[in-house]
Amino acid sequence: MKPVLFRNARLIDPAVGTDVRGDLLVAERVIAAVGQGLAAPVEAEIIEADGKVLAPGLIDSAVFRTDVAAAVAGGITSVLLMPDQSPPLDDPALVERAERLGKPKLWVRPLAAATRGLNGRELAELSLMKDVGAVGVATGRAAIADAQVMLRLLRYAAGLGLVVVAHAECPSLTAGAVATEGDYATRLGLPSAPSAAEAIQIARDLRLAREAGAALHIACVSTAEGVSLVREAQAAGQDVTAATAPAYALLSETALAGYRSFAHLSPPLRDETDRAAVRAGLADGTIGMLASRHDPRTEEDKRQPFADAAPGAAGCATLLALGLSLFHDAVLPLPRLLAAMSANPARRFGLPGGTLALGAPADLLLFDPAAPWRIDAGTLPGLSGNTPFDGIPVAGRVLRLLKGGEPLNP
Amino acid sequence: MKSPSANPPFPHRHLLAIEGLQPWEITFLLDEAETWVEAGRRTRKRDGRLEGLTQINAFFENSTRTLLSFEIAGKRLGADVVNLAAGSSSLKKGETLLDTALTLNAMRPDLIVIRHERSGAVALIAEKVDCPVLNAGDGRHEHPTQALLDALTIRRRKGRIEGLRVAICGDILHSRVARSNFHLLAALGAEVRAVAPPTLMPAHVERFGVSAFTDMDAGLEGADVIMMLRLQLERMDGAYVPSTREYFRTFGLTRERLKAARPDVLILHPGPMNRGVEIDSAVADDIQRSAITEQVEMGVAVRMACLDVLTRERRMQGSGQ
Repeated sequence: MKPVLFRNARLIDPAVGTDVRGDLLVAERVIAAVGQGLAAPVEAEIIEADGKVLAPGLIDSAVFRTDVAAAVAGGITSVLLMPDQSPPLDDPALVERAERLGKPKLWVRPLAAATRGLNGRELAELSLMKDVGAVGVATGRAAIADAQVMLRLLRYAAGLGLVVVAHAECPSLTAGAVATEGDYATRLGLPSAPSAAEAIQIARDLRLAREAGAALHIACVSTAEGVSLVREAQAAGQDVTAATAPAYALLSETALAGYRSFAHLSPPLRDETDRAAVRAGLADGTIGMLASRHDPRTEEDKRQPFADAAPGAAGCATLLALGLSLFHDAVLPLPRLLAAMSANPARRFGLPGGTLALGAPADLLLFDPAAPWRIDAGTLPGLSGNTPFDGIPVAGRVLRLLKGGEPLNP
Repeated sequence: MKSPSANPPFPHRHLLAIEGLQPWEITFLLDEAETWVEAGRRTRKRDGRLEGLTQINAFFENSTRTLLSFEIAGKRLGADVVNLAAGSSSLKKGETLLDTALTLNAMRPDLIVIRHERSGAVALIAEKVDCPVLNAGDGRHEHPTQALLDALTIRRRKGRIEGLRVAICGDILHSRVARSNFHLLAALGAEVRAVAPPTLMPAHVERFGVSAFTDMDAGLEGADVIMMLRLQLERMDGAYVPSTREYFRTFGLTRERLKAARPDVLILHPGPMNRGVEIDSAVADDIQRSAITEQVEMGVAVRMACLDVLTRERRMQGSGQ
């Protein structure tokens, strides 16, 4: 493989928080040298970065589908795959197969299903799945309703050193609900659940995780109360991390107007207070990860009455640009924003990548944080374009993407 | 009979909701309906202005009364009325709602009346068809012709709507009738009260310009109009209320309770009634105060007005060709 030399890049290493001008040399699939005025080896491809940002390839800490085209378009080189596949990732053979699905363009890091068939009752073979590459264990799209099962899961996972990724919506409160209780749900006549459904679940799972001495990761925090609970637990020294998706920092329930089913998400969109709290949680680091929660849906799944439409949104292709809007809004400095989409998930789940350190895998993203474009659901790369951000102007374009030193896009 | 062009045009293609209508547009529909009340009382009721037009009543959710009302309204205006009832629809065979909409559209109807169990479903279909669509009730969202017929009933009995105190009582959470009435009565200047147990009161109901009461007696205080809502008996399963007995005791409309309201209070119910659950028979049958059967009559008049108004543009184009 030819060496690649990036010249005159803005090198941001989110693992250590550095942001400097320089060159970066890739050789033998790893980062071989970083510095000023690096000499180009013979036959090296030279990429003039022109001051654009060179950072680790993004690590998307939650996707529901392996969608290589969407990931590559979005500057993503690794994804954590939720176990909600068909069939669910509750068996070592399925985990192995899931891991291979992204090759050669995308690292897929499967999350093992916590329970068989995600039924919420019997533990799945977590140790066997860990052995074949599961990087964590997840409850999937729904929380585990039974507190006894959840406690045992947390204890068992702690014994294996696996982080438990928990969905934070109280299943009995949210049964049948498709929106957050409030003005919009009332006006539109949609079945709804109070936003406290999230806090109630987070509070329970935090307490159970403390009981078990387990590492907990809240898959998606979307409410003010949820952010507060995680913040307090972290301050008290508990091993808990949290993620959110761009929608919860950028949109609110007002996006439901006109029954736009692309805005039917799980958890549902919240109110403005919650949106502000999610941004504050990202700003102070309480929420350390920004995930796409990529969930492409077909036209048939979405062109339905709101309550019948499948929840979820396509997100891989827009993760970088929407994330950058938080930088442009001064919510987060660029190194910390990039950490939320690379270094932090790498550290939490023990993954390679997420750093520009010497010897690290050459999963690299060169992008222009200011290049403007408009999100168009109709032409979004990937399996489907069901995004609630259709028509929204954004800034931030992928220029180059390398995975293991291999260029992925022209 | 008035000529179609004597009134200002109704600037909406469909009638999907009361929310968004201007007060004068609501008044216009009520005035139009008023003329059909008289027409409906003649022995020969037929007016042929919708002659040759096809009206499909697509009811994806069971209904007897509303379907019958729309059918009679269409037939009195001379339209060819076709009913598609839930049990026989292909939705049960897995066809998507939009495919059903495209199929209906291909029949080249001139008007489609739709009822569906999902909020927003009627608007979704309306985007896909070439003719006016009339919402006959979508989920918990809206039921505009019900609010119009309620308003017409009130206006005929009370002479006005502005300034009246109207108490809407019962299962407001699940009621599209209540939502449409909130919008309409607020637009026409009534003082609206929502009276319901806390479990059946939607969040932020005050944003509709409504005041919320969880005590029936307090809510009925000084009411000019009481609108009772039907309590679906399956609400006992969802832990909304414990029993019909307790509900009747706490929220049932009885003669005793009526004493809190004004002596000339008008009582409405969209039907079908659960006697002894939300309303006492003696109250429902009180011919002085109950306008429940009159509402049914007004329903036909309001629907005739809506069918007429929504097809005017189409008819004028048709006659020009």
